[in-house]
Amino acid sequence: MQHKVIDAKDVVIRFAGDSGDGMQLTGTLFANTSAVYGNELSTFPDYPAEIRAPHGTVSGVSGFQVHIGSSDVTTPGDYCDMLVAMNPAALKANAKWCKRTATILVDEDSLTEALIQRAGFKTDNPFTELKVDDRNLIVAPITTLTEESLKDSGMDKKAIDKCKNMFTLGMACFIFDRPLDYTFEYIEKKFAKKHPEVVEPNKKVLRDGYNYAANLQMVADTYHIAPAKLKKGTYRNITGNQATAWGLMAASEKSGLPLFCGSYPITPATAILEELAIHKYLGVKTLQAEDEIAGVCTAIGAAYAGNLAVTTTSGPGLSLKSEALGLAVMTELPLVVVDVQRAGPSTGIPTKTEQTDLGQALYGRNGECPMPIVAAHSPAHCFNAAFNAAKIALEHMTPVFLLSEGFLGNGSEPWLIPSMSDYPEIKPPFATSVSEDGKFHPFERDENFVRKWALPGQKGFEHRVGGLEKNHEGVLSSDPQNHQLMVDERAAKVQKIADFIPELEVDGPEKGKLLVVGWGGTYGHILSAINEIRSAGKQVSRVHFDYIVPVPRNTRKVLESFDTILVCELNSGQFAGYLRTLYPGLNIKSFGKVQGQPFLVNELVNAISKEI
Amino acid sequence: MATLSFKDFKSDQEVRWCPGCGDHAVLAALQRALPQVSAACGYEKERYVVVSGIGCSSRLPYYMDTFGFHSIHGRATAISTGIKVANPWLTVWQACGDGDALAIGGNHFIHAIRRNIDINIILFNNQIYGLTKGQYSPTSKLGAITKTSPYGTVEHPFNPGSLVLGAKGTFFARSLDVELKLNEEIMTAAAMHDGCSVMEMLTNCVIFNDGAHRSLSDPAVKADHTIVLRHGEKMIFGKDRDKGLVYDGRELRVVKIGENGITEDDILVHDAHTNYVGLHMALADMKGPDYPVALGVIRDVRDITYDDGVRDQVKEVTAKAKIHNMDELLHSGSTWEVK
Repeated sequence: MQHKVIDAKDVVIRFAGDSGDGMQLTGTLFANTSAVYGNELSTFPDYPAEIRAPHGTVSGVSGFQVHIGSSDVTTPGDYCDMLVAMNPAALKANAKWCKRTATILVDEDSLTEALIQRAGFKTDNPFTELKVDDRNLIVAPITTLTEESLKDSGMDKKAIDKCKNMFTLGMACFIFDRPLDYTFEYIEKKFAKKHPEVVEPNKKVLRDGYNYAANLQMVADTYHIAPAKLKKGTYRNITGNQATAWGLMAASEKSGLPLFCGSYPITPATAILEELAIHKYLGVKTLQAEDEIAGVCTAIGAAYAGNLAVTTTSGPGLSLKSEALGLAVMTELPLVVVDVQRAGPSTGIPTKTEQTDLGQALYGRNGECPMPIVAAHSPAHCFNAAFNAAKIALEHMTPVFLLSEGFLGNGSEPWLIPSMSDYPEIKPPFATSVSEDGKFHPFERDENFVRKWALPGQKGFEHRVGGLEKNHEGVLSSDPQNHQLMVDERAAKVQKIADFIPELEVDGPEKGKLLVVGWGGTYGHILSAINEIRSAGKQVSRVHFDYIVPVPRNTRKVLESFDTILVCELNSGQFAGYLRTLYPGLNIKSFGKVQGQPFLVNELVNAISKEI
Repeated sequence: MATLSFKDFKSDQEVRWCPGCGDHAVLAALQRALPQVSAACGYEKERYVVVSGIGCSSRLPYYMDTFGFHSIHGRATAISTGIKVANPWLTVWQACGDGDALAIGGNHFIHAIRRNIDINIILFNNQIYGLTKGQYSPTSKLGAITKTSPYGTVEHPFNPGSLVLGAKGTFFARSLDVELKLNEEIMTAAAMHDGCSVMEMLTNCVIFNDGAHRSLSDPAVKADHTIVLRHGEKMIFGKDRDKGLVYDGRELRVVKIGENGITEDDILVHDAHTNYVGLHMALADMKGPDYPVALGVIRDVRDITYDDGVRDQVKEVTAKAKIHNMDELLHSGSTWEVK
């Protein structure tokens, strides 16, 4: 076969191996290298719940997909141009994600009878059995070559085998024309202090992998992906969970209030708590509570005492917090509740992504208990979404949901670093005066139905709050009319937030036959699908909701301008149902998917095309 | 600083506990103790926050003219923890019942004790669920006949004292609702204690469990059925002050002074400040008919507190930090320029 250098607009690479093979690190390093090189990119870690599932089995395969390109990279990609499979199980689990033209790189040393059997193959030829023998196969003895590369390093066999991923990364860097500098730098930073003896071996094995691939030019094509034409400025790569943590910290800085996070570890939200715990030097306090309930309750206590309070969780944890969220609604205290959604119900599929907690966020509390809901739409957007959620909470004295998704939390993308001077100040409604009777009335409201915030320690403002119904003065009341009034006012306060959030922007004509609606992490996939449909000459409009409660002020006007509204979401139609309740009579259809996986662009293209 | 009196801590809300309920007396003791705490520590009134969960006793914050938070069932300890960590300057008091703290809120209770967060927990133990009208609680005696145990309970009760000490509690005291003076003393000591203080108040539920603690409160027998422990004082009790506690190398024993050659010198001296928990555990576990029930401050030891730990760690890492604000953080680590 003739070697070619392919000029590609974009490529998708999927790294897959045993969950102990270091595929998440390999993928992350490859992504970061591409980011520094100047590509647009999007990543999608796809890993099992087991930390170290049985070696060589399909259930233990951990994958990391990277989509790099010179323009319009909005999703991690549906199918890959290259699959790196460290063993037969990784090949079996991922072959279905390979394009017809894909290159498949497999560790030849793993193609043993035992491992082929353990992966559940019926024959001794995995390639034929999976019907991928017509792809561009590179079968390289990666384990042997790694051992050979490091035989003089003084490392034992176990340690050497752990470097297989670096050898593979070196190969990928050659094939996709990536420089090694970034990974060299990473290795130096990571190991220089604690394990200086492994710095050189790791760099060597990476370089040897690179050179080995260079000598393979006889059989494999290489790719060139030009840097993207990005807006000028300083960039960094960021995951959604990191961006969420930083957005909350930014809100803490802009409000002048210390950040308090009461939380309990839960996949896939834990990284937010971990990230916040690092930044105590910016005044962040993290409390790893004894359970989810204590997580939210310590946060409510911290809110009462005047901190910017946050609790982070995922679906099952949110279920446990429900009662306390009612307390936060009733006491009208500012609180940000981050739900990084995962596949449910119950424990579900913890490491897989979904948008199935929307109903719980909307309705999952006793009594009339409205809470604003903000949704993040990409990993980097988590920063702004978290900042905005905190701003609403603090300025409108209410608990606020920030809905993220496993796909966003673990995924990453390059981010043009903003300047904090571009962000508004956050001004909570602190109480400065008492009422005519000389007392502070905690539930008297301003024109936006927002109450004042008096902090313990504030002389003369002693008052009581709690879960019982009360009147404006804060005196307990079971009077029927008062209860109706307070219920109505709490709801009006939440609806009034619509005056403070941006209106919907329609992508495409503002009137027409079909409007495609999305919210949250489906943003990139829907955008790609719409672009594909438009490039085929068809007309369709699109709108994406970053705010779900309240909806933007122009929502009715936007929706009414279309004959059909197609809501695409990773659940069985929860947002579609919500919109139908708000706007009965509109032709609102639903396209849902509940497989623990993001949409594929082509399934969206098909679903949308059917409605045109 | 103006001197505060008990009136300063009385709110204008009508107290709605049943006439004869033991909670009235505990509230009165608290309203009398806090002015003493303020005088001793220089605390202004606005420094106090009173937190509660759900239950009869959890109404208490409404009756205190301080900052107050009446939360949800079982979660008072978690709310208190958040308040104290958010603002360690505040002095946090908590009212909770035996169901609130030991059943639905048991997890938060033991973890607050384990963390040794500086909050003052008054545990109202009436051995019954009052607000829901008479079901058994985790401290109801084995065999207790209640609405949900018409044939008697078949489960063992918690002894709050052993639970607190088992969770490495640094302060535990016990008293009875009617012991107004002793309760002021205990509450003042708890306020002075830097760490998690648990005060078990044996209270009488006049409607659903009347007389549950009568053998400890009845003036005719209480001197023989209880012993008031004070640090540095001999463990002597009895109507005639002729009984005492000795340790025979294996267990605590009740002895009579003047019999079998026992003199006052043989009687144990209470050391609330010793780290050794064994004797405190034995004292907290004592019950009739063989032993008197121990009242007073049983354990009061120093240890690092959670709130200090959080604050000091923030201070320490802030002093060393190379990053001082968000803009610096955003540009830290791996970044690249697009020109």
